[in-house]
Amino acid sequence: MRDEILLDVDNLSKSFTLTRSLGDVLRSRTPKVDAVSDISFTLKRGETIGIVGESGCGKTTLGRMLLKLIEPTGGKITFAGQDLSALSHEEELAFRRRAQLVFQNPFDALNPHFTIRRSLYEPLFNTRVPEDKHDRMVAEALVRVQLDGMMHLLDSYPHQLSGGQLQRVVLARALVLQPDFIVADEPVSMLDVSVRAGILNVLREVRDTMGLAAVFISHDLALVRYVCERTITMYLGSVVEDGPTKDVVTNPLHPYTRALVQAVPVPSVDQSHEPLPLTGGLPDARNPPPGCRFSDRCPLADDGCRLGRPALREVAPGRRVACFKVPSLA
Amino acid sequence: MPQATDTAGARSVEQRALARLPDLASAPRRSGLAAMAGRAFRAFWRVPSENAYAAIGLVIYALFVLTAIFADQLIHYEPLEILLNEETYQLARNLPAGSEHWLGTTYGGRDIYSQLVIGTRSALAVGITAALCVVAIGTLVGLISGYFGGWADNLLMRLADIALGIPFLPFVIVLASFLGAAQSNVVLGIALLLWPNSARVIRSQVMSLRERAFVEAARVTGAGQWRILFVHIAPNVLSLAFLYTSVAVGWAILTEASVSFLGFGPSNTVSWGYMLQDAYASQAMGRGQYNWFVPPGLCIVLVVMAGFFISRGYEEVLFPKLKG
Repeated sequence: MRDEILLDVDNLSKSFTLTRSLGDVLRSRTPKVDAVSDISFTLKRGETIGIVGESGCGKTTLGRMLLKLIEPTGGKITFAGQDLSALSHEEELAFRRRAQLVFQNPFDALNPHFTIRRSLYEPLFNTRVPEDKHDRMVAEALVRVQLDGMMHLLDSYPHQLSGGQLQRVVLARALVLQPDFIVADEPVSMLDVSVRAGILNVLREVRDTMGLAAVFISHDLALVRYVCERTITMYLGSVVEDGPTKDVVTNPLHPYTRALVQAVPVPSVDQSHEPLPLTGGLPDARNPPPGCRFSDRCPLADDGCRLGRPALREVAPGRRVACFKVPSLA
Repeated sequence: MPQATDTAGARSVEQRALARLPDLASAPRRSGLAAMAGRAFRAFWRVPSENAYAAIGLVIYALFVLTAIFADQLIHYEPLEILLNEETYQLARNLPAGSEHWLGTTYGGRDIYSQLVIGTRSALAVGITAALCVVAIGTLVGLISGYFGGWADNLLMRLADIALGIPFLPFVIVLASFLGAAQSNVVLGIALLLWPNSARVIRSQVMSLRERAFVEAARVTGAGQWRILFVHIAPNVLSLAFLYTSVAVGWAILTEASVSFLGFGPSNTVSWGYMLQDAYASQAMGRGQYNWFVPPGLCIVLVVMAGFFISRGYEEVLFPKLKG
């Protein structure tokens, strides 16, 4: 069961059409931006994958596509053997019961006009779970996020709760349907450092006890290292590196991942700070550099990198890298 | 599918944790409707206690509403009764204000005070029904237009442009003369032309709410389009709709008065506009009968102002960021 593939992402792409200027209309051109291009990976039952990359690299778009919140423009997502683009209404409700989202900003993720109780019962009602199971499922979710001592909060409104409590409620809402897959989009980035650890521990615990498969979207390698078994690095809509978290963090292969690892702040005043090997910012996604998309910022780039685009290839068992400069280790 | 089944007992940690399952039935539960009503009530009272404008507006409204309710007890004569002098049997016309006739009588020998009191009733009836129609249409159009976008939005907003482009008062007059001079036709005219203002504001509010994470959360937990729109988004625009109701009441009363003053109103219903028309036609101003035309004019000003005060007060408290 553990090795069964739950989620299969195959050449997934999403491009957004931009507003056409008069010049575009006259030249009958449709300007597009590729938020996600040709991403493939698989997620096994109970496995946790971290997706890291800087803002604007398409990781949130990817997460939304995995949950069928936005439709891809190319490629295919298969969840438990079912093609997500071809679900009937009943099948979609069944999918909603199994796949849930944990939000980045807990202050915005709960309806300000709903009590906490109502927010927690809403998913059960929406997905037509028989009513006699509601109380028990909500109670279980509250235990899992360790809010069971705070039953008086149930009739409060979101603005009366703290950020940490809100994020636990958001988590409980995602868990109340007892899903087997969650996408957590920067689940702790809006929280105070002091409550982060609590939320992360809850996340780890529910992953272990419920056997959840999870995709963690984050810009924070330290967090990914704490929770995820596998890490995928994204740059400008594509996967540049994929491998076991431990290996990726200790021995990053792609120059971009190397820069990310180096950028993790170390809490020591004595630590010497090497300057980042990266210059410039993320290039304009409407107009990406030719060849390797990282070539304009890469310290290793040469003319070859600016001509062709490196494909993702396996350089060692379980490790894939999209770079011409990385030799095969196997 | 495994999700709906009992997962307790899968692992020992979990078993221990789930053994402490809280009893939701014993958790405090304020019944949904009562809690909501209580909350709405508190929100409603919070504003006048914090804001003088809203308090003044509400007091004025309350006085007019009480007057309208108890109008039958407050009047001294039938408002359209032609009064005769009991000794001379002559028409009791143009009497000055006094203890017998608090505001005097009209050229036609009718009691002005009684007309004023009864006029409150028609003013509020027109004002409130028209305002409710306007805001109901406006809110519905705004919700659908803002949430679905696309061709529905285009269609509704072009309709709004047309409604805004039609001159207001002439339209109501034409409608009243076509369908007959009745207050219901005045209400219809107001409802048909005044909804675009509230629709546009609510549409823009919905467009921003639509992008909020809690709406996405509703989608990911399986809520359908209409449920998201009416259960998740609509409560968030209700305060805005309320604001527009209080403005629309004033507008409707003003319009009804204008239509009646211009002589297109019903001749068998006494309203403030009717009184002004009557005074104008019998040249009350030339005779200096201020007791005749000032009170209805003042009442119109007061009601319209009250609506403005309330909307302004609620706006200041509900949307403090708008305060300059």
